[in-house]
Amino acid sequence: MHPLGDNAVIIEVGEEMNIESQKNVEILCSFFDTQPFDWIIEYIPAFTTVAVFYDPVKIQKKHKSDFLKFPYDYACDALNKILVELQLNETTEPRIVEIPVCYGGELGPDIEHVASYNGITTKEVMDIHSKGDYLVHMIGFAPGFPYIGGMSDKIATPRRTSPRLKIPAGTVGIAGKQTGVYPIETPGGWQLIGRTPIKLFLPNEATPSLLKAGDKIKFTPISNERYKELEEEG
Amino acid sequence: MISLTKPGLLTSVQDLGRYGFQKYGVITSGVMDQLAHRTSNLLVGNEENEATIELTLLGPVIDFEEDKLISICGGNLSPSINGEPVRLWRPILVKEGSQLRFGQCISGCRAYLAIAGGIGVPNVMDSKSTYLRAGLGGFKGRALNVGDKLETKPINDVSARMIDELSKCSGDENFAEADWSVASDLFPSYEKIPSIRVMKGRQYHLFSKESQDTFFSQPFEITPQSDRMGYRLKGPSLSLEEASEMLSEAVNFGTIQVPSDGNPIVLLADRQTTGGYPKIGQIATVDLPLMAQLKPGDLVRFVEVSHEEAQHLYLEREMKIQQLMQGILLKLR
Repeated sequence: MHPLGDNAVIIEVGEEMNIESQKNVEILCSFFDTQPFDWIIEYIPAFTTVAVFYDPVKIQKKHKSDFLKFPYDYACDALNKILVELQLNETTEPRIVEIPVCYGGELGPDIEHVASYNGITTKEVMDIHSKGDYLVHMIGFAPGFPYIGGMSDKIATPRRTSPRLKIPAGTVGIAGKQTGVYPIETPGGWQLIGRTPIKLFLPNEATPSLLKAGDKIKFTPISNERYKELEEEG
Repeated sequence: MISLTKPGLLTSVQDLGRYGFQKYGVITSGVMDQLAHRTSNLLVGNEENEATIELTLLGPVIDFEEDKLISICGGNLSPSINGEPVRLWRPILVKEGSQLRFGQCISGCRAYLAIAGGIGVPNVMDSKSTYLRAGLGGFKGRALNVGDKLETKPINDVSARMIDELSKCSGDENFAEADWSVASDLFPSYEKIPSIRVMKGRQYHLFSKESQDTFFSQPFEITPQSDRMGYRLKGPSLSLEEASEMLSEAVNFGTIQVPSDGNPIVLLADRQTTGGYPKIGQIATVDLPLMAQLKPGDLVRFVEVSHEEAQHLYLEREMKIQQLMQGILLKLR
């Protein structure tokens, strides 16, 4: 456990980015979702860590008798007890989320570059990308943005030398060995290979992110027509 | 209602931030200077989390279409009402038909305008803060612009009593300032080169000995590539003892991270939720308001504070704010 300033603590539950770390992060997050302590404000999961943000004033008021203890020490003690009780390293079945993607054309202007860079055809780029076994390691960087692991090296392509100023929401891209989907319009240097009509950031929903860490993703190729249909359905 | 005749450089509706959604990648947004924001709210009888208007360097011109109780806290952007200068850190009753303007930036760079009742914008994900990049929250998800008209919510008893008090001494004037203000030991003095207290960051030990020493001894300059998301600093280059890749993890308000170019970045209100650069330091919460008032060209020094000391200072600060709240209520007895 490590402090992240005077109101947060980072809990490390693994050393490497792998399925075990991801599972441990998920178990810890599910526990925090039950809102076990009123002094916890929120948490941020990552690949091997969960950061817990807490209210030092609330801890101090509640535990006046423990005046020798700093709120940080109190928080660490309470969280350490939880880590002992929780059965980390247990496995559960992941949820599979299907994301329809219209590859190439106007919606994926860089697919040809990705193909020629790797010495394959655009059809092969699409096949390899849509047949991958993908795991969402964490959500971050932008609202609902998934850090996805599992893309084949056969379609890995470096970022563009000069970034685009605007990448539309829903764009599916490749940057180095990573693939990702942009939930909101942003600038960026990714190679754009397609676009999905479904929304990853849902600001009006109680859970505003379509994906969560631990989800498996299946990219399904769709036609331009189907893309438009789905887009109109919203 | 109030309306904007000129928008100012970057004027937006903010509260203390959007919490509980960072796990979905939704940033907190919220005010840059929480102390000035909270104080401005308390001075007009609001809860400290009510939405205020954050003004940056060049303030807006605002027309008051009704009598309003306001207060302006934070940096001194030379506020005046119908041409007459008004003072910061105190309640002011503004009469219908008056115009509030801002002039030269004398100290700091951000001011907070609180209005009794609070700015009337809807809650989006439990907050009224504007998330500029995602276009949500605040007033229509964007910075304020010419012609925008803002409503305020109904006032409470405390605000009503303040208005009564100030009405007595306003006469025919366009406004009336309270003859008291916040004690000067609560709000910071915006020094030329402030010393900001910083805890060692989680990857501090990975930096070279030289970089560690430099970080806590040399001044750094705020560059023009600085905004609500973060301040990019310029100064002696900082580097790791040996290059290493780290996995992205959570960052915090005031996290100081160092990308491979060696120039530190201080993450602020609109910071992303996670980051993958090594963190050399973390600003103590009590000094964030000082940091948030720095502008491009300003210098800053970092001095080390222990983690326990930072937390102790924080609890002390919160106690002072409690005392301020009680003090304001006593004034109205």
